[in-house]
Amino acid sequence: MVPAQRSRSLVKRPIMLLFAVLLASMAFAMTAVTPAHADDVNTDKYQYVFSGNVKYNDKPLAGVEIDVSGNGYSATVKTDEKGQWSVGVPEKKKYDITLVESTLPKGVIVSQEGNDRLTISEKGATIEAEFGLTDSKSVNFFLGQGVRETVSFFDQFVSRAINGLNFGLMLALAAIGLSLVFGTTGIANFAHAEMVTFGALMALTFSVILVWPIWIAFPLAVILTGVLGWLQDVALWKPLRIRGLSIVQLMIVSIGFSLALRYVFQYFYGGRTYQLPDTGSKKIQLLGPIALSVTDMVSMGISIVMLLLVAYWLQRTKIGKATRAIADNSSLAATSGIDVDRVVRIVWIFGSALAGLSGILWAYFRPGIKWDMGWQILLLIFAAVVLGGLGTAYGALVGSIIVGLLVELSTLWIPSDVKYVGPFVVLIIVLLVRPQGLLGRRERIG
Amino acid sequence: MDWGAIFSNSVVWIINPETIAYALATVGLAIHFGYGGLLNFGQAGFMALGAYGYAISILTFGFPWWAGILVGIAASVVFALILGIPTLRLRADYLAIATIALAETVRLLFQTTAFDAVTNSADGLGGYHESFRAANPIPKGTYGFGPFTYNETDWWVRIFGIFLLAVALLITWLLMRSPWGRVLKGIREDEDAVRALGKNVFSYKMQALILGGVFGSLGGVVFALPSAVIPGAYVPSLTFFLWTVLLLGGAATIFGPVVGSVLFWVIMAFLSNLLPRMVEAGLLPFMSNQQANIMRFVLIGLALMLIVIYRPQGLLGNKKELTFNAR
Repeated sequence: MVPAQRSRSLVKRPIMLLFAVLLASMAFAMTAVTPAHADDVNTDKYQYVFSGNVKYNDKPLAGVEIDVSGNGYSATVKTDEKGQWSVGVPEKKKYDITLVESTLPKGVIVSQEGNDRLTISEKGATIEAEFGLTDSKSVNFFLGQGVRETVSFFDQFVSRAINGLNFGLMLALAAIGLSLVFGTTGIANFAHAEMVTFGALMALTFSVILVWPIWIAFPLAVILTGVLGWLQDVALWKPLRIRGLSIVQLMIVSIGFSLALRYVFQYFYGGRTYQLPDTGSKKIQLLGPIALSVTDMVSMGISIVMLLLVAYWLQRTKIGKATRAIADNSSLAATSGIDVDRVVRIVWIFGSALAGLSGILWAYFRPGIKWDMGWQILLLIFAAVVLGGLGTAYGALVGSIIVGLLVELSTLWIPSDVKYVGPFVVLIIVLLVRPQGLLGRRERIG
Repeated sequence: MDWGAIFSNSVVWIINPETIAYALATVGLAIHFGYGGLLNFGQAGFMALGAYGYAISILTFGFPWWAGILVGIAASVVFALILGIPTLRLRADYLAIATIALAETVRLLFQTTAFDAVTNSADGLGGYHESFRAANPIPKGTYGFGPFTYNETDWWVRIFGIFLLAVALLITWLLMRSPWGRVLKGIREDEDAVRALGKNVFSYKMQALILGGVFGSLGGVVFALPSAVIPGAYVPSLTFFLWTVLLLGGAATIFGPVVGSVLFWVIMAFLSNLLPRMVEAGLLPFMSNQQANIMRFVLIGLALMLIVIYRPQGLLGNKKELTFNAR
């Protein structure tokens, strides 16, 4: 392992310190770029071994670099003349195995067909591998002809902006529920993330496990999420409101509820990732650089229609107007004859159902369904809601689209594994200069 | 069922490094929330800074172990300033969201492959123990009795951790009976009243945030001492577990964090020993071994809810010192 090999000298004088730093960093750079080149790495040191065979058109490929990393361990190996490699690892756990594509011959890449556990990054193709009953596991990559495409900056910008818009609309569906619940009850509801996951898990249960057609399965999943929202209000939040818990207490209760629900999901569905039907359908080239799959287009269409319906509901219907009145001033709304409890109940039902719907869309966008998938975007939803103004529905929409675009566009400049940092930084800046959010009013911040 | 093994596997957690680390970080949270009323949900970020500050300064810069700890402390002071300046004026729930987001930012920056040369990204850092172990005054050998039998390295980690915890508790106790502590508690009860008395509320809050953050980073160091630093450990769930510990013991108490941490880990260890054995004995026919372990986390969530609803002052707390009246 790399860090263990570094020099560690006790430093007495500043010049020595400088020297030591230089030396240490050089030693580090050396160990980082020149790993042991052998076809067997650490196989005699550890009893658990990953191995594999790299072949293209039945001909073995030599000198292909394979990285194994995970659980505080990392090793690099190159294939021998027979295309074989093996790496010993210290623990019987999950490791990421990456084939570095730049070491493949020109015009050959790792084929994604038939490999659904494969993730492609700039470095290469990664498989998350786990040992079975034995102490050895063979991991093979299927190679195919092709080139990793490099696209011009403008084309990339446009296609990511479209992607970001899709993501933002999906976030908006979840954010509106969170914001309305906050506006009407004052709860910063962390368990909203679990409504997102619940919607996706129910869609999975009906469409994949029970193999019902999706036009029954998905609406039913959304309805059930709404029912869960109603149950939450009746069984948990309304009694707590009557008990007179402070908003901080309610927030911590929601955190506990979120933890409990998340692990209940893991209890029943395990730790693996599932796919909904028709995930990863083919992209169709539309206008210039814009390529969207049918699921992308349907997803955006559904989001836009639902958001328009919500806007209509808030502006034109009696309940919608009452919701805005309560968000504005709860006691004044109550004195003017609005049944606050009833409106709050409706907000819980609709907010949760919208979150469930966004969960299904998120499952296609990610892609995949996992027990903590909702939790992964909860902070983005919060960032969107705070950005737009806590408690305002339209603010949530604006904030979500900004966050969605920011996440996707920022990957043009920063590595994609820190793309969620952008919205957090913007969130902090907004809190600094305009804490009530873009569309919020000054006094809301108290 | 082997009750002896279950019992001894559970009681060892009383002085395990994880228990001590949680207690230390929770003492920091107690200063933030219990005494200062600050809803800090970013304590995992402080712990990450302590752990990474320690590991990176030893591995990359060749510092001795004590200098590594000082670097961790310095990093947490800087983080507290960055965290506090935009957020301390905000209402409680905004503060919670902002702190959780900043702590996640810290974790993502440690996890990204962009700084792989220093942080080893998602794989984490290891192998920085030599300097700390060389400073061990305990001669080689195994010591102790019953389940508490460890070699000299394990004892050294535990004793050092308990020493740090004792210092943190002493500082907290002395501060909270000083005028400074009374002003801080006053801010918790009524910020405007304290401001009317001419105190600089923002400055007091910032000092509390820094002090609690330093204890958090020390918790991170103790967390890192026995094993490795993995970025996946410093997720928001870690902060939530610390909150469970804090509210279990009592937020505005000196020993609450210690009692909470010991209870938390002993119960967790007890369940992780008991539940799989019950599954094997066929007492829980509807569960697999893995599910039995997941069950424990469901119970943590439920415990957190029940404590906040039914006993918000915690086991040791005083009902008069309720800290949930944040605006």
